[in-house]
Amino acid sequence: MSSIPVVLTFLVAMMLTSLPLPESAIIYRPDWLILVLIYWCMALPERIGIFTGWFLGLTLDVMYGSLLGQNAMAFSIVAYLVNIMYLRVRMFPLWQQSVMVFLLVIVHLAINAWIRGISGQFSITWTYWMPALTSALVWPFLFIVLRDIRRQIISK
Amino acid sequence: MRELLRRLGSATPATVRVMVVVALSLAMMLIDHRTQQFEKFRNILQTVVYPVMFISTIPREMIRGVTGSMEMSSNLQTDNESLRQENLLLHSRLEKLHSLEADNRRLKRLLGQSEQIAEHVLLAELVEVSLEPYTQKISLNKGSSDDVYVGQPVINGDGVIGQVVHTSQFQSTVTLLTDPGSAIPVMVMRNGLRGVLFGTGVRNKLAMPYLTADADIRVGDLLISSGMGGRFPTGYPVATVTGVRQDPSDEFLTINTLPVTQLDHGREVLLIWPESTKDQAVPELENLTDE
Repeated sequence: MSSIPVVLTFLVAMMLTSLPLPESAIIYRPDWLILVLIYWCMALPERIGIFTGWFLGLTLDVMYGSLLGQNAMAFSIVAYLVNIMYLRVRMFPLWQQSVMVFLLVIVHLAINAWIRGISGQFSITWTYWMPALTSALVWPFLFIVLRDIRRQIISK
Repeated sequence: MRELLRRLGSATPATVRVMVVVALSLAMMLIDHRTQQFEKFRNILQTVVYPVMFISTIPREMIRGVTGSMEMSSNLQTDNESLRQENLLLHSRLEKLHSLEADNRRLKRLLGQSEQIAEHVLLAELVEVSLEPYTQKISLNKGSSDDVYVGQPVINGDGVIGQVVHTSQFQSTVTLLTDPGSAIPVMVMRNGLRGVLFGTGVRNKLAMPYLTADADIRVGDLLISSGMGGRFPTGYPVATVTGVRQDPSDEFLTINTLPVTQLDHGREVLLIWPESTKDQAVPELENLTDE
């Protein structure tokens, strides 16, 4: 089974993450990279996991110019959480998965906020948590798209 | 000890892995926060990520290109005309400035002072990618291949914008003045009163703490970079004072200032290389006149 499609989905997610948007829309941007990571962690748990998450987070840190290791840690912890409960979550109906995704993105944001709070002043507003909501809303659609991609890979 | 070993042995591989990775991340963050050790590593990784960032700017550039080509030619003509006039005006002022600068330099040499005046500048464009939300950072399209260095001051036509914090081959990241981690030494242009401006994390607001109640500072005062600390060159406008408040319970004044440049507007900025004239300790008399 080729892993090129998986890498490609990560690349697309990264582009969506850095896609310039108007100021007012940025706060609603779903956490694309973490969504794709969650999906592959559930679908291919033996291949995509903590280390993949760590590396993705590291690239995001470099892209953002944030503290090296900040997103890396958050991503690897999210990957770990998915890793210990993917068997259950896979069985969930889509809307329940969305709730899980919401919580996972909250975890991601919380770790980020925590580190940024420690390393400097960081004023947090309620809109900071907005990506969790939009990510949960996007999840069902993304799930279907990625599932089709996965089936394509397997059928080859 | 035995208990610990038994626990480690029974721990699932995933748990061990995540612990290792988290420990590694924490160590990296600590080092990255305190030192500049990882600049090289970051540099390499950023060059790898560069294509991704580049591709994600294409849609926006295309939209810009289309709207640009649809612009009315009459609009362009009037624009062109006004720019020509402005250019002429600025040119005449520049002529004057040149002679003033030469004068200034000569006088300073006669006084035995050495100060940075001349600077080498480079125009850089903002890369249209969005960085981490809720930070005050921008990305530029010039990197270490253009000799951009960490700590380099960045200005635009109106005044200081910020300084470079990371560089890679083709890009660099700039922390704006309003970032909570940013500080710039300034002085009041009117009387030379010195202070430090700190970013607040709020757009268009800089704080100037540690000035006592008897400090001579008023609303409307222009703050210019003082050149203290050697990072920012002297004399660039930074901010204007918008509010001075004396809280009786507080030893210091509460001073609010507004950056002179619209930090989130505009696409072009200037990178400056302050040229130190300090090496020329002994002024040579024959050189004094030809500048």
